Amino acid sequence: MTEKKTIKKSSLDGLFKALKSGGKRVLAPVEGNGRTIFREVDSYGDVASGYIQTTLSAKDALLPRCEEMLRFRTEQSTVAMEQGPPAPAPTVVFGIRPCDAKSLAVLNAVYLKDYNDELYRARAEATAVIAVSCTSCDEYCFCTSVGGSPGDTTGSDILLTEIDGDTFLAEIVTEKGTALVAMAPDLFAAAADSAAGKQLADVKVQFDLKELEKKLPGSFEGPVWIAQSLRCIGCGTCSYVCPACTCFDVQDETEANRGMRLRCWDSCGLGIFTLHTSGHNPRDVQSQRWRQRIMHKFSYQPDQLSVVGCVGCGRCSRACPVDMNILQHIKDIVEAR
Amino acid sequence: MEDKNVYQPYLMRIAAAIQETPDVKTFRLEFINEEEGKKFNFKAGQFGEYSVFGEGESTFCIASSPTREGYIECTFRKMGRVTKALASREVGDTLGFRGPYGNTFPIDQWKGKSLLFVTGGIALPPLRCVIWNALDTRENFKDITIVYGARSVQDLVYKHELAEWGKRGDVKLITTVDPGGETPEWKGQVGFVPTVLEKAAPSSADTIALLCGPPIMIKLTMPILTKLGFSAENIFTTLENRMKCGIGKCGRCNVGKYFVCKDGPVFTFSQVNQLPPEY
Repeated sequence: MTEKKTIKKSSLDGLFKALKSGGKRVLAPVEGNGRTIFREVDSYGDVASGYIQTTLSAKDALLPRCEEMLRFRTEQSTVAMEQGPPAPAPTVVFGIRPCDAKSLAVLNAVYLKDYNDELYRARAEATAVIAVSCTSCDEYCFCTSVGGSPGDTTGSDILLTEIDGDTFLAEIVTEKGTALVAMAPDLFAAAADSAAGKQLADVKVQFDLKELEKKLPGSFEGPVWIAQSLRCIGCGTCSYVCPACTCFDVQDETEANRGMRLRCWDSCGLGIFTLHTSGHNPRDVQSQRWRQRIMHKFSYQPDQLSVVGCVGCGRCSRACPVDMNILQHIKDIVEAR
Repeated sequence: MEDKNVYQPYLMRIAAAIQETPDVKTFRLEFINEEEGKKFNFKAGQFGEYSVFGEGESTFCIASSPTREGYIECTFRKMGRVTKALASREVGDTLGFRGPYGNTFPIDQWKGKSLLFVTGGIALPPLRCVIWNALDTRENFKDITIVYGARSVQDLVYKHELAEWGKRGDVKLITTVDPGGETPEWKGQVGFVPTVLEKAAPSSADTIALLCGPPIMIKLTMPILTKLGFSAENIFTTLENRMKCGIGKCGRCNVGKYFVCKDGPVFTFSQVNQLPPEY
């Protein structure tokens, strides 16, 4: 049951200090070079203000873009496994948007169902999320079309929502959230039970998700994939900026006789992703890779893992160098006869 | 929750190595940690991630039979970075192995039936696992027929075992090489697998067919099997797609909504016929 409190904006610096002195690393959006990126911060004063969406998500707190899987030493014909990296640092991610918080459900489904991925689980367990609701959106946002909303608490440990110029409503959703509040209990005040006054962006629903999920299985051979992907240059940027993309590559790196096995973010938009050693490629052309991206997120993952692999953050459209707009493409798929 | 790193391979020692063809090699691998070896078990059809530390991992089936305990075998062709490194390793060297992964051939359900193996080139290894499993429990099956072809005599793998199967009275082995691939000493057939299979015309009565080979061989063999009376649900194969994790997370081996690593690699042709062409 979600507990509701309030916290003054002016108290957030005190909260950051309490979290830090309690041994937490605090990651928050920081502005620089025209981008808003999550960095470790010392005080609330460092945090960007007025961003609609961060340029990149905070995904690499849980799934680093290049992560050590194991470490080894080779000698002549023998191999010795070595101690891996230290346990992940206790971390609070502050200021992610509700859509990004919702993407954690996708990561959890991929990495914790069936085979438990301990590397991911350890990071997820060490990480708490203080999300901040959206007061504004842009033309790329479509969280409400994929089951989210600008004030959705899913995935957050605490969700902060502006109720007036200098006060946030704090919805404390999980035990982790309760533990964070307990680190600075004096900064929080009791809140009225109603959610009245929540200042939230108005994100219009743009397509019917159920209709899309119904349509996709029969669209595999349709002409839409070629038409939409004609301009795709296969750069993979959409995957790298996506908070819900989880695919990875595995590579070994060595220095002298020591080495490590790494997993690195990968993209279904790249031809080599599925290339067989023989030269055969089951997804040989870009339209097949674009189809995979949409099918995986909106058909296969809902079917196999009961999650939608897209949270409507809009980053892939904002970042696409050839202006492919996922929202427009999905609308076209839903409306295609 | 279990806190074992699922990507941590077993350390394996190369116990034996056989150069099958100029570029195909078989390794027998034994567990360096005997306790791990005792706990390890697998079933016919499963695969794993084999690694050379410092070079990476590569995906192959377990080519030995679960009836032969204490080791696993893999057969691979020298192709890319990892397999080149593997090929340079020698008896006594240490490799990594993760597995077993994937589903299995339902051998237990085939008791009392005949088995027909149809395969070509380096697609014999995944079926060799089943062949030995069946031969080691021979009383469970009626006729066992193997039709195996390669481009040339030189390209036949497991030559020593082909000779052994050929001598057994309880196996019908038909080997063939493509026209032009024969040597003066060659005693087998000359011709492509589908043609040789059609001529041999094994009975489909109460018989399970296992078909593994290059796409063109599969394409031309399926109509022959159908003509011989095999239904799609009684023809089994294994699919192969590029893999990294082997456990349904890295996201690349899917055929439609199914992961070859988790939902396969073993499929019947009635299942394959339902899949989108992504393999």
